[in-house]
Amino acid sequence: MILTGPSGSGKTLLLRALADLDPHDGVVRLDGVAADAVKPAHWRRSVGLLPADSAWWADRVGDHLVDPDPEALASLGFERDVLDWSVSRLSSGERQRLALLRLLANRPRVLLLDEPTANLDAASAAHAEALIRRYRDSCSAAVLWVSHDPAQAERVGDRRLQIVDGHLAERSTWS
Amino acid sequence: MELIRLEAWELSVAAALVVALSLLSLPLRLDLTRSLLVSGLRMTIQLLLVGLVLKALFESRHPLVMAAIAAVMLAVAAREVAARQERRLAGTWGYGLGALAMFLSSFTMILVALTIIVRPEPWWTPQYAVPMLGMLLGNTMTGIALALDRLNQGAWEQRPQIEARLLLGCPAAEAIGDLRRRAARAGMLPTINTMAAAGVVSLPGMMTGQILAGSPPVEAVKYQILILFLIVAGVGVGTLVAVWLGARRLFDERERLRLDRLRQG
Repeated sequence: MILTGPSGSGKTLLLRALADLDPHDGVVRLDGVAADAVKPAHWRRSVGLLPADSAWWADRVGDHLVDPDPEALASLGFERDVLDWSVSRLSSGERQRLALLRLLANRPRVLLLDEPTANLDAASAAHAEALIRRYRDSCSAAVLWVSHDPAQAERVGDRRLQIVDGHLAERSTWS
Repeated sequence: MELIRLEAWELSVAAALVVALSLLSLPLRLDLTRSLLVSGLRMTIQLLLVGLVLKALFESRHPLVMAAIAAVMLAVAAREVAARQERRLAGTWGYGLGALAMFLSSFTMILVALTIIVRPEPWWTPQYAVPMLGMLLGNTMTGIALALDRLNQGAWEQRPQIEARLLLGCPAAEAIGDLRRRAARAGMLPTINTMAAAGVVSLPGMMTGQILAGSPPVEAVKYQILILFLIVAGVGVGTLVAVWLGARRLFDERERLRLDRLRQG
Protein backbone atom coordinates (compact mmCIF):
# COMPACT_ATOMS: atom_id res chain seq x y z
CA MET A 1 0.00 0.00 0.00
CA ILE A 2 1.44 3.33 -1.03
CA LEU A 3 1.04 6.46 1.09
CA THR A 4 1.52 9.87 -0.51
CA GLY A 5 0.84 13.44 0.45
CA PRO A 6 2.57 16.83 0.41
CA SER A 7 5.57 17.38 2.71
CA GLY A 8 4.47 18.29 6.19
CA SER A 9 1.11 16.59 5.77
CA GLY A 10 1.88 14.07 8.53
CA LYS A 11 2.97 10.93 6.70
CA THR A 12 5.93 10.39 9.02
CA LEU A 13 3.80 11.18 12.07
CA LEU A 14 1.26 8.60 10.95
CA LEU A 15 3.96 5.94 10.63
CA ARG A 16 5.41 6.89 14.03
CA ALA A 17 1.97 6.60 15.62
CA LEU A 18 1.43 3.19 14.02
CA ALA A 19 4.76 2.02 15.46
CA ASP A 20 3.66 3.48 18.83
CA LEU A 21 6.63 5.81 18.93
CA ASP A 22 4.65 8.98 19.73
CA PRO A 23 1.65 9.51 21.98
CA HIS A 24 -1.47 9.47 19.81
CA ASP A 25 -5.26 9.29 19.91
CA GLY A 26 -7.14 6.27 18.66
CA VAL A 27 -6.34 2.60 18.75
CA VAL A 28 -4.03 0.68 16.42
CA ARG A 29 -4.86 -3.00 16.04
CA LEU A 30 -2.98 -5.88 14.48
CA ASP A 31 -5.20 -8.92 13.83
CA GLY A 32 -7.71 -7.45 16.26
CA VAL A 33 -5.18 -7.02 19.08
CA ALA A 34 -4.69 -3.41 20.21
CA ALA A 35 -1.15 -2.08 20.53
CA ASP A 36 -1.75 -1.30 24.20
CA ALA A 37 -2.38 -4.98 24.87
CA VAL A 38 1.13 -6.11 23.95
CA LYS A 39 4.52 -5.07 25.26
CA PRO A 40 5.88 -2.02 23.39
CA ALA A 41 9.05 -3.85 22.30
CA HIS A 42 6.99 -6.77 21.04
CA TRP A 43 4.66 -4.46 19.12
CA ARG A 44 7.56 -2.71 17.40
CA ARG A 45 9.05 -6.04 16.39
CA SER A 46 5.77 -6.91 14.68
CA VAL A 47 5.17 -3.45 13.24
CA GLY A 48 8.58 -2.46 11.88
CA LEU A 49 9.21 1.16 10.95
CA LEU A 50 12.10 2.12 8.66
CA PRO A 51 12.73 5.87 9.18
CA ALA A 52 13.80 8.05 6.26
CA ASP A 53 17.24 8.50 7.84
CA SER A 54 18.79 5.47 9.45
CA ALA A 55 20.53 5.86 12.82
CA TRP A 56 23.46 3.81 14.12
CA TRP A 57 24.57 3.58 17.72
CA ALA A 58 27.80 1.52 17.51
CA ASP A 59 30.90 1.97 15.33
CA ARG A 60 30.88 -1.48 13.71
CA VAL A 61 28.20 -2.46 11.22
CA GLY A 62 28.08 -6.00 12.62
CA ASP A 63 27.09 -4.73 16.07
CA HIS A 64 23.76 -3.64 14.61
CA LEU A 65 22.93 -6.83 12.71
CA VAL A 66 22.59 -9.96 14.76
CA ASP A 67 23.31 -13.00 12.61
CA PRO A 68 22.33 -11.47 9.24
CA ASP A 69 21.17 -13.61 6.35
CA PRO A 70 24.11 -13.83 3.85
CA GLU A 71 21.69 -14.25 0.97
CA ALA A 72 19.85 -11.05 1.84
CA LEU A 73 23.21 -9.26 2.24
CA ALA A 74 24.26 -10.42 -1.20
CA SER A 75 20.93 -9.46 -2.74
CA LEU A 76 21.53 -5.88 -1.62
CA GLY A 77 25.06 -5.94 -3.06
CA PHE A 78 27.10 -6.52 0.12
CA GLU A 79 29.91 -8.95 0.88
CA ARG A 80 30.00 -10.60 4.29
CA ASP A 81 32.98 -8.45 5.33
CA VAL A 82 30.66 -5.43 5.46
CA LEU A 83 29.97 -6.54 9.03
CA ASP A 84 33.48 -5.48 10.05
CA TRP A 85 33.19 -2.10 8.40
CA SER A 86 32.89 1.08 10.34
CA VAL A 87 29.49 2.73 10.01
CA SER A 88 31.18 6.03 9.15
CA ARG A 89 32.59 4.39 6.00
CA LEU A 90 29.13 3.70 4.59
CA SER A 91 27.44 5.95 2.07
CA SER A 92 23.93 7.08 2.91
CA GLY A 93 22.59 4.62 0.33
CA GLU A 94 24.51 1.73 1.89
CA ARG A 95 23.25 2.72 5.31
CA GLN A 96 19.67 2.74 4.12
CA ARG A 97 19.97 -0.72 2.56
CA LEU A 98 21.60 -2.14 5.70
CA ALA A 99 18.94 -0.50 7.85
CA LEU A 100 16.35 -2.36 5.79
CA LEU A 101 18.14 -5.66 6.42
CA ARG A 102 18.42 -4.83 10.10
CA LEU A 103 14.67 -4.30 10.25
CA LEU A 104 13.73 -7.39 8.25
CA ALA A 105 15.79 -9.55 10.63
CA ASN A 106 12.97 -9.05 13.18
CA ARG A 107 10.53 -10.68 10.73
CA PRO A 108 7.94 -7.89 11.15
CA ARG A 109 4.38 -8.67 10.08
CA VAL A 110 3.85 -5.08 8.99
CA LEU A 111 6.46 -2.93 7.29
CA LEU A 112 6.21 0.86 7.58
CA LEU A 113 8.64 2.33 5.08
CA ASP A 114 9.33 6.08 5.09
CA GLU A 115 10.73 6.85 1.62
CA PRO A 116 13.01 3.81 1.76
CA THR A 117 14.71 4.44 -1.56
CA ALA A 118 14.97 8.25 -1.52
CA ASN A 119 18.76 8.13 -0.99
CA LEU A 120 19.46 5.27 -3.37
CA ASP A 121 20.60 5.31 -6.98
CA ALA A 122 18.41 3.55 -9.55
CA ALA A 123 20.23 0.20 -9.32
CA SER A 124 20.22 0.07 -5.50
CA ALA A 125 16.61 1.19 -5.41
CA ALA A 126 15.69 -1.71 -7.69
CA HIS A 127 17.57 -4.14 -5.39
CA ALA A 128 15.76 -2.74 -2.35
CA GLU A 129 12.37 -2.91 -4.07
CA ALA A 130 13.00 -6.51 -5.04
CA LEU A 131 14.02 -7.43 -1.50
CA ILE A 132 10.94 -5.79 -0.01
CA ARG A 133 8.69 -7.53 -2.55
CA ARG A 134 10.31 -10.91 -1.83
CA TYR A 135 9.91 -10.36 1.89
CA ARG A 136 6.27 -9.34 1.50
CA ASP A 137 5.49 -12.42 -0.57
CA SER A 138 7.41 -14.92 1.54
CA CYS A 139 6.16 -13.67 4.92
CA SER A 140 2.80 -12.40 3.66
CA ALA A 141 3.60 -9.11 5.36
CA ALA A 142 1.62 -5.91 4.95
CA VAL A 143 3.62 -2.95 3.64
CA LEU A 144 2.79 0.73 4.04
CA TRP A 145 5.21 2.58 1.79
CA VAL A 146 5.65 6.36 1.73
CA SER A 147 6.81 7.39 -1.72
CA HIS A 148 7.04 10.59 -3.72
CA ASP A 149 7.96 8.82 -6.93
CA PRO A 150 4.85 8.15 -9.09
CA ALA A 151 6.69 5.57 -11.20
CA GLN A 152 7.74 3.67 -8.07
CA ALA A 153 4.23 3.96 -6.63
CA GLU A 154 2.84 2.32 -9.73
CA ARG A 155 5.55 -0.36 -9.72
CA VAL A 156 5.29 -1.52 -6.10
CA GLY A 157 1.83 -0.55 -4.89
CA ASP A 158 -1.52 -2.32 -5.12
CA ARG A 159 -3.48 0.38 -3.36
CA ARG A 160 -2.83 4.02 -2.86
CA LEU A 161 -3.62 6.24 0.15
CA GLN A 162 -3.23 9.99 0.11
CA ILE A 163 -3.22 12.54 2.91
CA VAL A 164 -5.07 15.66 1.77
CA ASP A 165 -5.73 18.53 4.17
CA GLY A 166 -5.13 16.29 7.15
CA HIS A 167 -7.47 13.53 5.93
CA LEU A 168 -6.49 10.11 4.75
CA ALA A 169 -8.26 9.01 1.56
CA GLU A 170 -7.92 6.09 -0.81
CA ARG A 171 -7.31 6.95 -4.46
CA SER A 172 -8.25 4.63 -7.21
CA THR A 173 -6.02 6.12 -9.88
CA TRP A 174 -2.29 6.81 -10.03
CA SER A 175 -1.59 10.43 -10.76
CA MET B 1 48.46 24.24 69.92
CA GLU B 2 45.84 26.94 70.06
CA LEU B 3 43.85 28.75 67.37
CA ILE B 4 45.20 32.27 66.67
CA ARG B 5 42.15 34.53 66.49
CA LEU B 6 41.93 36.97 63.60
CA GLU B 7 41.01 40.61 64.19
CA ALA B 8 39.10 42.80 61.76
CA TRP B 9 42.16 44.86 60.84
CA GLU B 10 44.10 41.70 60.07
CA LEU B 11 41.42 40.57 57.63
CA SER B 12 41.39 44.01 56.05
CA VAL B 13 45.08 43.61 55.19
CA ALA B 14 44.09 40.58 53.10
CA ALA B 15 41.12 42.48 51.66
CA ALA B 16 43.46 45.33 50.67
CA LEU B 17 45.36 42.87 48.47
CA VAL B 18 42.17 42.15 46.50
CA VAL B 19 41.41 45.87 46.25
CA ALA B 20 44.93 46.44 44.95
CA LEU B 21 44.43 43.70 42.36
CA SER B 22 41.15 45.28 41.23
CA LEU B 23 42.91 48.65 40.83
CA LEU B 24 45.69 46.99 38.88
CA SER B 25 43.12 45.55 36.47
CA LEU B 26 42.03 49.13 35.55
CA PRO B 27 45.10 50.18 33.52
CA LEU B 28 45.37 46.64 32.14
CA ARG B 29 41.75 46.96 30.98
CA LEU B 30 40.90 43.45 32.19
CA ASP B 31 37.37 44.66 32.94
CA LEU B 32 37.44 42.76 36.23
CA THR B 33 37.48 45.61 38.75
CA ARG B 34 33.77 45.55 39.42
CA SER B 35 33.35 41.79 39.61
CA LEU B 36 36.40 41.48 41.89
CA LEU B 37 35.02 44.05 44.34
CA VAL B 38 31.44 42.79 44.21
CA SER B 39 32.44 39.13 44.58
CA GLY B 40 34.78 39.97 47.45
CA LEU B 41 32.06 41.87 49.23
CA ARG B 42 29.48 39.14 48.62
CA MET B 43 31.81 36.46 49.92
CA THR B 44 32.50 38.45 53.09
CA ILE B 45 28.84 39.14 53.83
CA GLN B 46 27.69 35.59 53.00
CA LEU B 47 30.33 33.94 55.15
CA LEU B 48 29.77 36.34 58.06
CA LEU B 49 26.06 35.52 57.93
CA VAL B 50 26.78 31.79 57.82
CA GLY B 51 29.10 32.28 60.80
CA LEU B 52 26.29 33.97 62.71
CA VAL B 53 23.78 31.25 61.78
CA LEU B 54 26.17 28.51 62.83
CA LYS B 55 26.93 30.32 66.07
CA ALA B 56 23.22 30.53 66.90
CA LEU B 57 22.75 26.90 65.85
CA PHE B 58 25.60 25.63 68.01
CA GLU B 59 24.21 27.53 70.97
CA SER B 60 20.59 26.43 70.52
CA ARG B 61 21.44 22.71 70.47
CA HIS B 62 17.94 21.78 69.37
CA PRO B 63 17.35 18.89 66.92
CA LEU B 64 14.53 20.75 65.14
CA VAL B 65 16.80 23.69 64.37
CA MET B 66 19.38 21.27 63.03
CA ALA B 67 16.70 19.57 60.90
CA ALA B 68 15.56 22.94 59.54
CA ILE B 69 19.12 23.85 58.56
CA ALA B 70 19.55 20.48 56.83
CA ALA B 71 16.29 21.02 54.91
CA VAL B 72 17.39 24.48 53.75
CA MET B 73 20.77 23.09 52.63
CA LEU B 74 19.02 20.34 50.67
CA ALA B 75 16.59 22.77 49.04
CA VAL B 76 19.37 25.12 47.93
CA ALA B 77 21.44 22.22 46.58
CA ALA B 78 18.42 20.86 44.66
CA ARG B 79 17.83 24.26 43.09
CA GLU B 80 21.48 24.36 42.05
CA VAL B 81 21.26 20.87 40.49
CA ALA B 82 18.28 22.00 38.40
CA ALA B 83 20.00 25.23 37.35
CA ARG B 84 23.18 23.46 36.22
CA GLN B 85 21.44 21.33 33.59
CA GLU B 86 21.18 22.67 30.08
CA ARG B 87 17.97 20.66 29.68
CA ARG B 88 16.12 19.37 32.67
CA LEU B 89 12.89 17.49 33.30
CA ALA B 90 9.88 19.78 33.27
CA GLY B 91 7.74 20.52 36.30
CA THR B 92 8.38 19.19 39.78
CA TRP B 93 10.55 16.40 38.36
CA GLY B 94 13.30 18.83 37.36
CA TYR B 95 13.70 19.96 40.93
CA GLY B 96 12.43 16.92 42.78
CA LEU B 97 14.66 14.35 41.11
CA GLY B 98 17.85 16.08 42.27
CA ALA B 99 16.39 16.63 45.73
CA LEU B 100 15.36 12.99 46.08
CA ALA B 101 18.70 11.65 44.83
CA MET B 102 20.65 13.95 47.17
CA PHE B 103 18.38 13.14 50.09
CA LEU B 104 18.76 9.39 49.59
CA SER B 105 22.53 9.60 49.21
CA SER B 106 23.80 12.42 51.42
CA PHE B 107 21.42 11.80 54.28
CA THR B 108 22.14 8.05 54.28
CA MET B 109 25.86 8.73 54.40
CA ILE B 110 25.57 11.34 57.16
CA LEU B 111 23.46 8.94 59.22
CA VAL B 112 26.06 6.20 58.82
CA ALA B 113 28.85 8.64 59.69
CA LEU B 114 27.19 10.13 62.76
CA THR B 115 25.53 7.07 64.29
CA ILE B 116 28.04 4.33 63.46
CA ILE B 117 31.42 5.95 62.87
CA VAL B 118 31.94 9.31 64.65
CA ARG B 119 29.14 8.88 67.25
CA PRO B 120 29.04 12.39 68.79
CA GLU B 121 26.68 12.89 71.73
CA PRO B 122 23.89 13.56 70.68
CA TRP B 123 24.39 12.11 67.22
CA TRP B 124 23.07 15.24 65.45
CA THR B 125 25.56 17.57 67.19
CA PRO B 126 25.70 20.51 64.73
CA GLN B 127 29.48 20.90 65.03
CA TYR B 128 29.81 17.55 63.25
CA ALA B 129 26.56 17.33 61.30
CA VAL B 130 26.63 20.72 59.54
CA PRO B 131 30.14 20.67 58.03
CA MET B 132 29.93 17.00 57.04
CA LEU B 133 26.48 17.38 55.49
CA GLY B 134 27.72 20.49 53.70
CA MET B 135 30.62 18.64 52.13
CA LEU B 136 28.43 15.66 51.22
CA LEU B 137 25.71 17.80 49.66
CA GLY B 138 28.21 19.99 47.82
CA ASN B 139 29.84 16.99 46.17
CA THR B 140 26.71 14.96 45.43
CA MET B 141 25.20 18.13 43.98
CA THR B 142 28.05 18.47 41.50
CA GLY B 143 28.00 14.78 40.59
CA ILE B 144 24.24 14.57 40.13
CA ALA B 145 24.12 17.78 38.10
CA LEU B 146 26.91 16.53 35.80
CA ALA B 147 25.24 13.15 35.35
CA LEU B 148 21.74 14.49 34.69
CA ASP B 149 23.10 17.12 32.31
CA ARG B 150 24.89 14.39 30.35
CA LEU B 151 21.81 12.15 30.39
CA ASN B 152 19.28 14.76 29.25
CA GLN B 153 21.55 16.44 26.73
CA GLY B 154 22.58 13.04 25.41
CA ALA B 155 18.98 11.91 24.99
CA TRP B 156 18.24 15.15 23.16
CA GLU B 157 21.15 14.74 20.77
CA GLN B 158 20.91 10.99 20.30
CA ARG B 159 17.19 10.79 19.75
CA PRO B 160 17.55 9.07 16.33
CA GLN B 161 19.88 6.40 17.77
CA ILE B 162 17.67 5.75 20.79
CA GLU B 163 14.51 5.58 18.68
CA ALA B 164 16.24 3.33 16.13
CA ARG B 165 16.81 0.80 18.90
CA LEU B 166 13.24 1.15 20.14
CA LEU B 167 12.01 0.57 16.60
CA LEU B 168 14.03 -2.62 16.36
CA GLY B 169 12.27 -3.93 19.44
CA CYS B 170 14.74 -3.06 22.20
CA PRO B 171 13.24 -2.33 25.62
CA ALA B 172 13.68 1.31 26.68
CA ALA B 173 16.27 0.41 29.34
CA GLU B 174 18.45 -1.17 26.67
CA ALA B 175 17.91 1.63 24.15
CA ILE B 176 19.23 4.20 26.63
CA GLY B 177 21.68 1.82 28.35
CA ASP B 178 24.87 3.23 26.82
CA LEU B 179 23.86 6.77 27.60
CA ARG B 180 22.88 5.84 31.15
CA ARG B 181 26.27 4.29 31.76
CA ARG B 182 28.10 7.30 30.31
CA ALA B 183 26.03 9.70 32.43
CA ALA B 184 26.72 7.71 35.61
CA ARG B 185 30.45 7.69 34.84
CA ALA B 186 30.46 11.43 34.13
CA GLY B 187 28.87 12.05 37.52
CA MET B 188 31.24 9.84 39.49
CA LEU B 189 34.63 10.26 37.81
CA PRO B 190 35.54 13.74 39.14
CA THR B 191 35.15 12.57 42.76
CA ILE B 192 37.08 9.37 42.10
CA ASN B 193 39.87 11.46 40.59
CA THR B 194 39.81 13.79 43.59
CA MET B 195 40.24 10.76 45.85
CA ALA B 196 43.19 9.54 43.79
CA ALA B 197 44.93 12.92 43.84
CA ALA B 198 44.24 13.75 47.50
CA GLY B 199 47.35 14.71 49.40
CA VAL B 200 49.61 14.47 46.36
CA VAL B 201 48.32 17.19 44.09
CA SER B 202 46.40 19.19 46.65
CA LEU B 203 45.84 19.20 50.37
CA PRO B 204 42.10 18.74 50.94
CA GLY B 205 40.38 21.79 52.45
CA MET B 206 38.88 20.17 55.53
CA MET B 207 42.17 18.66 56.58
CA THR B 208 43.99 21.96 56.04
CA GLY B 209 41.36 23.72 58.14
CA GLN B 210 41.63 21.28 60.99
CA ILE B 211 45.41 21.57 61.01
CA LEU B 212 45.16 25.37 61.08
CA ALA B 213 42.71 25.06 63.97
CA GLY B 214 45.30 23.11 65.92
CA SER B 215 44.37 19.46 65.35
CA PRO B 216 47.22 16.95 65.21
CA PRO B 217 47.88 16.26 61.51
CA VAL B 218 47.24 12.53 61.80
CA GLU B 219 43.80 13.15 63.37
CA ALA B 220 42.99 15.65 60.62
CA VAL B 221 44.05 13.10 58.02
CA LYS B 222 41.75 10.46 59.52
CA TYR B 223 38.77 12.79 59.26
CA GLN B 224 39.72 13.62 55.70
CA ILE B 225 39.86 9.93 54.79
CA LEU B 226 36.48 9.40 56.41
CA ILE B 227 34.84 12.27 54.56
CA LEU B 228 36.35 11.29 51.20
CA PHE B 229 34.99 7.75 51.54
CA LEU B 230 31.59 9.13 52.46
CA ILE B 231 31.67 11.61 49.56
CA VAL B 232 32.57 8.98 46.98
CA ALA B 233 29.91 6.60 48.26
CA GLY B 234 27.36 9.42 48.46
CA VAL B 235 28.12 10.71 44.97
CA GLY B 236 27.91 7.16 43.65
CA VAL B 237 24.53 6.40 45.22
CA GLY B 238 23.14 9.83 44.35
CA THR B 239 24.30 9.66 40.74
CA LEU B 240 22.89 6.16 40.22
CA VAL B 241 19.52 7.07 41.73
CA ALA B 242 19.30 10.27 39.66
CA VAL B 243 20.38 8.65 36.38
CA TRP B 244 18.15 5.58 36.75
CA LEU B 245 15.05 7.54 37.76
CA GLY B 246 15.82 10.28 35.23
CA ALA B 247 16.22 7.76 32.41
CA ARG B 248 12.92 6.13 33.33
CA ARG B 249 11.17 9.46 33.27
CA LEU B 250 12.46 10.06 29.72
CA PHE B 251 10.18 7.22 28.59
CA ASP B 252 6.47 6.74 29.15
CA GLU B 253 4.57 3.55 29.94
CA ARG B 254 4.59 2.60 26.24
CA GLU B 255 8.39 2.99 26.20
CA ARG B 256 8.31 6.01 23.91
CA LEU B 257 11.15 8.52 24.20
CA ARG B 258 9.44 11.62 25.62
CA LEU B 259 11.75 14.54 24.94
CA ASP B 260 8.73 16.82 25.41
CA ARG B 261 9.30 16.24 29.12
CA LEU B 262 12.56 18.22 28.93
CA ARG B 263 12.83 21.99 29.29
CA GLN B 264 15.67 24.23 28.24
CA GLY B 265 17.47 25.30 31.42
